[in-house]
Amino acid sequence: MGKIKKLSLFMMLMLLVAVLVVGCGQSQPAEQAQGEGEAAAEEINIGVNYELTGPVATYGTNTKNGILLAFEEINAKGGVLDGKKINPIVLDNGSKKEEAMSVAAKLIDVNKVVALLGPATTGNTLAAIPVATDNKIPLLTTSATAPDITVDASTQKVREYVFRNCFTDPPQGIAGANFAYNTLGARKAAIFFDNTNDYSKGLYQVFKDEFTKLGGKVVAEESFLEGDQDFRPGLTRFINAGVDMVYVPAYYEQVGKIVNQARELGLNVPMVGADGWDSPELANFAGGAENLKDTYFTNHYSSNDPSPKVQDFVNAYKEKYGAEPDSFAALGYDAAYLLADAINRAGKAEPEAIRQALEDTKEFDGVTGKMSYDEWHNPVKEIAIIAMVDGKQTLKEKIKP
Amino acid sequence: MAGFLQQLINGLSLGSIYALIALGYTMVYGIIQLINFAHGEIMMVGAYVAFFAVVVLKLNIWWAFLIAMASSALLGVIIERIAYRPLRNAPRLAALITAIGVSLLLQNGGLMVLGADYRSYPAGLITKKQFIFQIFGGQITITSLQILIFAVTVVMMLILQYIVRYTRTGKAMRAVSFDKTAAKLMGINVDTTISVTFALGSGFAAVAGILLGLYYNTIHPLMGMMPGVKAFVAAVIGGIGIIPGAMLGGFSLGIFEAMVSGYWSSKLRDPIVFILLIIVLLVKPSGLLGRNETEKV
Repeated sequence: MGKIKKLSLFMMLMLLVAVLVVGCGQSQPAEQAQGEGEAAAEEINIGVNYELTGPVATYGTNTKNGILLAFEEINAKGGVLDGKKINPIVLDNGSKKEEAMSVAAKLIDVNKVVALLGPATTGNTLAAIPVATDNKIPLLTTSATAPDITVDASTQKVREYVFRNCFTDPPQGIAGANFAYNTLGARKAAIFFDNTNDYSKGLYQVFKDEFTKLGGKVVAEESFLEGDQDFRPGLTRFINAGVDMVYVPAYYEQVGKIVNQARELGLNVPMVGADGWDSPELANFAGGAENLKDTYFTNHYSSNDPSPKVQDFVNAYKEKYGAEPDSFAALGYDAAYLLADAINRAGKAEPEAIRQALEDTKEFDGVTGKMSYDEWHNPVKEIAIIAMVDGKQTLKEKIKP
Repeated sequence: MAGFLQQLINGLSLGSIYALIALGYTMVYGIIQLINFAHGEIMMVGAYVAFFAVVVLKLNIWWAFLIAMASSALLGVIIERIAYRPLRNAPRLAALITAIGVSLLLQNGGLMVLGADYRSYPAGLITKKQFIFQIFGGQITITSLQILIFAVTVVMMLILQYIVRYTRTGKAMRAVSFDKTAAKLMGINVDTTISVTFALGSGFAAVAGILLGLYYNTIHPLMGMMPGVKAFVAAVIGGIGIIPGAMLGGFSLGIFEAMVSGYWSSKLRDPIVFILLIIVLLVKPSGLLGRNETEKV
């Protein structure tokens, strides 16, 4: 008995230690957020609701890094509205819809933010939108590309409080199809998409329509489900169908596995994707940079664009974070500047005035290009085609709107 | 024809993964009639221990295998000691629900401690070779990792079968499985025997976890969930508690899935798999290799 008692005592101690460690780890950011909230009298609170952990963690983390860099620069130059500082409040939504919603609610209720940035993905943004709309707080998403983010699909009316500074799926899918048909010379395409993901399904449809319209043929299509790991049966089917390119509109974690398994099976045709491919982790998940040979994707910008505006941003980002900024970082950086610009144009830090100013945005010049809003709160801007060369992103071409 | 063969290989390699996990499930079930739902999570812990052994301690993969197996075995024994042993004489439903609880605890504990990020083993950890064959006017590809996983599955099945059939410990296991009280009266230490069973099953789970992580290039705190469920289905199809049955079930399930997604549609894969499970249970409730209830293991 004595032995057993000692053992259980030991176990309980272990458990206690575990709880303490975890407790400490969690309480830190909470305290920080609170501390920032109290000192907010002279500051303007902006909510930053992003995917810092979970399957698309690099989207959120890099966007957040871009946002914080921009606000730091803005505050260092004297802030907005003649000297007011911007106070970004960052919360993690764990790449989950329900969390994205509750984080948005918390930022509005507890932190009294005047505007929301994020989330990054279409699904998570759709979950946060009702909260923003009900509270009449403008929400600016940086990378949710599905059409019904800014347009309510049931009423066909623009969502008044929702904006984005990235291009949408239709032009992206069309650019992908044109690139595949014209530049790569593909005629027999296969599409591999995530049937549980609105973004993926949307791009699948646009690509298929455009590629067929151009004169190509989609000879095989396969879908998978979120969480699937084995794509070999579908890929083998593509090989049997003799395809000459594969379009994969999905997120990097799945894309990596698909590319890896395709190359293992000997399917060495070009692969084309969309902005969901953009992640520094892509090469790891794809089983090495050599597997990414002959892969391309449509994206918002390229870090090796020679324009001085882009290079200044790239250098500042590298200095602060020690890494190359991807599109998410660039879009976050642009969104923060766009929001600060809107607050200045509004003349006051009030949600309704900011919303109006955002709507009136004309020729805003960011690192992801010049943009103005159309009537649907979608920016009109150019699309970059990125080629993966030795695991590095390189600018292949730019497509004007 | 080459396409068909390739799908067969796809199915066999997927099936090896299921079989590898199912072996652990089935062994524990064979001894104490408990479906250890935490098996997939023990596998996940093994994969992470190996990951940290390789990335933080800079050990080579074979040491990582050993350390992961030892840690998972220890974890299995601890779980049995804390969560299952007190319920040994309780109704079986209580133990089953506890097992689900342990599984959820480890999943969410893993998410809390390790974060929800996907991680991947460093590239080049294990040499991956491709073997390409030209036959029937097409080509088929097999990778060295697929062969390794298949071989490990078969070898593990044989080792388990040998231990259970021909060693003293195995004899004790079968005795405990048959009648705990009688085994105790014959001088068998029931607690130790059950601990050894868990240690063995969990150690093998670690191997499965690492191979899974290498095969798909990612590990994640929830990586044990779906393969765990599928492996459970495989064990039931093959006849739960029967070691060769787990392998047969795993292979059949893998090939079946590959054929459905390859020739029909991936969307239909899971519904059809579970319909298959229901049919097997209706026609032969004890599984493909199942006999009557008196003989387990």
